[in-house]
Amino acid sequence: MSAATAAQGLLTLAANGPADKIPAPHIEYAQLAPTLIVVGAAVLGVLVEAFVPRRSRYHVQVFLAVASLAAAFAAVVGLAAGGYGNSKAHIAAMGAIAVDGPALFLQGTILLASVVAVFTFAERRLDPKAHGNRVDSFAAQAASVPGSDSEKAAVKAGFTTTEVFPLALFAISGMLIFPAANDLLTLFIALEVFSLPLYLLCAVARRQRLMSQEAAVKYFLLGAFSSAFLLFGIALLYGYAGSVSYAVIADVVDGTVTAVDPALASTMGNDALLLIGGALILMGLLFKVGAVPFHMWTPDVYQGAPTPVTGFMAAATKVAAFGALLRLLYVVLPGLRWDWRPVMWGVAIVTMLAGAVIAVTQTDVKRLLAYSSIAHAGFILAGVIATSAEGVKSVLFYLGAYSFVTIGAFAVVTLVRDAGGEATHLSKWAGLGRRSPLTAAVFAVFLLAFAGIPLTSGFAGKFAVFKAAAEGGAGALVVVGVISSAIAAFFYIRVIVLMFFSEPKADGPTVAVPSPLTMTTIAVGVAVTLVLGVAPQYFLDLAGHASTFVR
Amino acid sequence: MENLIALLVGAPLLGAAVLLCGGRRLDKAGHWLGTLLAAVSFGIGVALFADMLGRGAEDRTLYQHLFSWVSVGSFQADFAFRLDQLSMTFVLLISGVGTLIHVYSIGYMEHDERRRRFFGYLNLFVAAMLLLVLADNYLLLYFGWEGVGLASYLLIGFWQHKPSAATAAKKAFLVNRVGDIGLSIAIMLMFTTFGTFAFGPVLANADKASEGTLTAIGLMLLLAACGKSAQVPLQSWLGDAMEGPTPVSALIHAATMVTAGVYLIVRSGAIFNAAPDAQLVVTVVGAVTLLFGAIVGCAKDDIKKALAGSTMSQIGYMVLAAGLGPVGYVFAIMHLVTHGFFKAGLFLGAGSVMHGMNDEVDMRKYGGLRRYMPVTFVTFGLGYLAIIGFPGLSGFFSKDKIIEAAFAKGGTEGWILGGAALLGAGITAFYMTRVMLLTFFGEKRWQPAPDADQVPSAEPAAEHRAGRMPHPHESPKSMTIPMIVLAFGSVFAGAFFGLGDRFLNWLEPVTGYEHGNPPVGALTVTLSTMVVLAVGVAIAWSMYGRKPVPVVAPRGSFLTRAARRDLFQDDFNHVVLVRGGEHLTRSLVYVDHSLVDGVVNGTAASVGGLSGRLRKLQNGYARSYAVSMFGGTVVLIAATLLMRAV
Repeated sequence: MSAATAAQGLLTLAANGPADKIPAPHIEYAQLAPTLIVVGAAVLGVLVEAFVPRRSRYHVQVFLAVASLAAAFAAVVGLAAGGYGNSKAHIAAMGAIAVDGPALFLQGTILLASVVAVFTFAERRLDPKAHGNRVDSFAAQAASVPGSDSEKAAVKAGFTTTEVFPLALFAISGMLIFPAANDLLTLFIALEVFSLPLYLLCAVARRQRLMSQEAAVKYFLLGAFSSAFLLFGIALLYGYAGSVSYAVIADVVDGTVTAVDPALASTMGNDALLLIGGALILMGLLFKVGAVPFHMWTPDVYQGAPTPVTGFMAAATKVAAFGALLRLLYVVLPGLRWDWRPVMWGVAIVTMLAGAVIAVTQTDVKRLLAYSSIAHAGFILAGVIATSAEGVKSVLFYLGAYSFVTIGAFAVVTLVRDAGGEATHLSKWAGLGRRSPLTAAVFAVFLLAFAGIPLTSGFAGKFAVFKAAAEGGAGALVVVGVISSAIAAFFYIRVIVLMFFSEPKADGPTVAVPSPLTMTTIAVGVAVTLVLGVAPQYFLDLAGHASTFVR
Repeated sequence: MENLIALLVGAPLLGAAVLLCGGRRLDKAGHWLGTLLAAVSFGIGVALFADMLGRGAEDRTLYQHLFSWVSVGSFQADFAFRLDQLSMTFVLLISGVGTLIHVYSIGYMEHDERRRRFFGYLNLFVAAMLLLVLADNYLLLYFGWEGVGLASYLLIGFWQHKPSAATAAKKAFLVNRVGDIGLSIAIMLMFTTFGTFAFGPVLANADKASEGTLTAIGLMLLLAACGKSAQVPLQSWLGDAMEGPTPVSALIHAATMVTAGVYLIVRSGAIFNAAPDAQLVVTVVGAVTLLFGAIVGCAKDDIKKALAGSTMSQIGYMVLAAGLGPVGYVFAIMHLVTHGFFKAGLFLGAGSVMHGMNDEVDMRKYGGLRRYMPVTFVTFGLGYLAIIGFPGLSGFFSKDKIIEAAFAKGGTEGWILGGAALLGAGITAFYMTRVMLLTFFGEKRWQPAPDADQVPSAEPAAEHRAGRMPHPHESPKSMTIPMIVLAFGSVFAGAFFGLGDRFLNWLEPVTGYEHGNPPVGALTVTLSTMVVLAVGVAIAWSMYGRKPVPVVAPRGSFLTRAARRDLFQDDFNHVVLVRGGEHLTRSLVYVDHSLVDGVVNGTAASVGGLSGRLRKLQNGYARSYAVSMFGGTVVLIAATLLMRAV
């Protein structure tokens, strides 16, 4: 029995059997459970919008979202405990989705971050009641024109956009697939599945709706633009390899597949296609992580989007996109690393420096955090470039640490308010430490973590990433990274100085007392920041066990 | 039995924790709890002592391993205790005298509203000192060492509302830091030389290291000892430390703190034995300090400062003995123990006098107090006889041995060291007789205390009694009983230890011993000591006993004035260290301003400028963002292709 016989069998089957049956795809439902649970809950959420009375929609949606995320996380833990993280790692769903250590780790991170993010979505105690109804951060009726009578009527009727919960769940389901996608088409579909709901979510802020809508339009236009590049890159790679499967492309790059598809005879094996296609796909992913020069949407969108959405997007999107980037570089293009490493070096250096330098002159907290996220994307890229198991481990750890700090920091931003909603201009934060020492102290913890001060998760993460990069031969990158960290420390510490050592303004903002939901988000953020900072080893080991990609 | 060792430290530590964290609800009972836990520690010490006596000299050493403390690569430190004859001696002294001082403080601090906190600090002090002497490695010893430093800082500055107390505490702390650096360097050297800092391996292998290394370690250990034990040149904090409440002075001088340096040198005997140069320096430091302290003690009119000078001098004797090697180790410790009794007794007596005299500390304003405070007079008097080495009392046995051992060093060194020790004995007799005469004999010279707002005296309670004529009276029982107990020790401890070489046989297995033969015969040494002693007493009598004592101190000779100023120790420190430091700081500040700040500010300004310019790229138009992305993609592709091309 050999390949010949098998081929014979196939041929016979094709020749003899009637072509009336399409073989059903083989899907490992249990192994895809995390994603399927979230997708199912999202679909249910749509039905809830249609059938459940308006009064109780909020509660049902929040319950549905939290419960499904928790169940999905339990499924991830179950799969990891069942050995799918290492020994039983394999490619499921007919080669479309990988179930392996990095995928499970990142899915778990995304789910946990999403749970705390959903808590901030559900917060309804920050704004004063409008016409006797509690309101959240989202527009009463997203479809009504800002400032119009229909908007006023919607507010008066106490409408709320509970659609944000199913939208978020759809986005999360896309994010769960994105780092696990094992062929280029799945990658693209996952990208669109999580991007489209995000565009919508950006547009539904309750306050400053025009700015929010502008952010959404910009995000959508630029996102579509980058998707086009990505898709073009996929086409070129297909032309090069004759397949969209990661494994096949990698084999073709390595030269182990010599069979040529007759239809693609003129393009297959053409390195120009490979290089240009690879660069275009890289560009699409770099857009999502917010690397320079594809970062320009980040500050505008982060500032305009409702702050809970910003926090969710900044954390979860980054985790998903870096996951996909890792898989692309480590599974599809490892054979090309002598080509892409120098390029990525440049991108990482520019990203770190530009993010840190431009942040210095920012005056808005949300924009400041946006540039900070750009700088952090650069730091994570340094770990990606290490091209070693150590590098994967450090990136996984960094993503986990960073996402909780980010969500926590944006959650604090939602608390500091004045008459016009959130008071995001930095001048209004002056002296916050005198008025609300606890809030300021918590924010200071997050800022110190961003700055990478020891005993916070930021330090452990940065140390791991730089260590991996240095061991991977990227010493110069580490030097630039440390210089950028120093520049970045300036503006983080400046905010702390502003909060604690400036006189409070007479008409300064007040700190709203949130419900237990936001409190939980912030408390989890602080706890994770400190635990990963003081005792990172367990989690580093966990990330280390999960650092092998299946191919 | 060895499981009890941790409790020795644990009991007072628990007391400190409970008293300091317990808050005001413990105010009523706090001092009883503190005293009880110190007594518990002493009780356990006695039980362990009894157990130790029941075993042969070879297996008297007990170990207790609590947990692995620091474990990083080859850097291994255990939280482990070692109880042998040497640490046993210290345990009994520290917990015993410490407990008596706790009892005394109940009465002494009765009117202080922060008494609970005071007892918490006392407990902490005792616990830290016990940790120091029980540690089985130098790192843990260092932990206790720093704990002692902390507790002394807290207690010297206990009346922190007085600037002088706060300054004194800071001074003690800073001077001690200098010594602590010595200890930390010594530990680092040990680690690089021996790869460990546990007592066992370090001391057993001491002679295998090069003599240069050992000398360096020895000198660094000596620096540490100088800091804690107030030896020249780090002696300046001791006199100012009298700003603390009197029981603290008693604790620092008799049972804890200053004895730590002597312990360190004796414990590290194996290192010093193999480094004769370091030993020589130790003896010189000891001899210089014993004269320095004695001279300072002669001129002080403040009773506590006179006693402080005497402590410095007596510790000098111990350091001198410890520097003599196996000839002197046993006697250093023996003198330390007898000194613990009589110095604690003297300080408690001084506190009792102050208690009855509106907290006046100037001896020139005492006089004739023996009729008013008979118990204090008798106990103080016995302490006095003990410290000057009156035949038959404690100090006689221990000090005489040290003088003998110093002469026995032989050669010129022996004569110089022995001579210094002998001269010191005479000066001791002089200044202690002076203290005795000024305080208890002669006419009464006391006056109404000055008004409250210009009270210069040490105790804050003085403010309540200011403006009144003192009515000297005997102190309450809680204060006199500890004094009586200590007086017994002052009288009998020396004879008990010295006769039949009891102490020698007890300690010899740990410290080693070799008999030294003085060049002139032991009896001659003893007799000449007696002569010198008599001369000292006689001079003091002729100066202060026969003539009336002026209430305002006369100007005095240059030496007297110098001694009043502590032989210019603070002036020296100020000119050399403070001024020098200021100059260094000023030059560094200049460099910092002109060079470092220039670079830093320039960088910051250029980053800010760059940031402002880059920021303009972010113009808010989606079209220009798209252009940037397109351009970026082109560059990305070009760079990728270029990488392949080169």
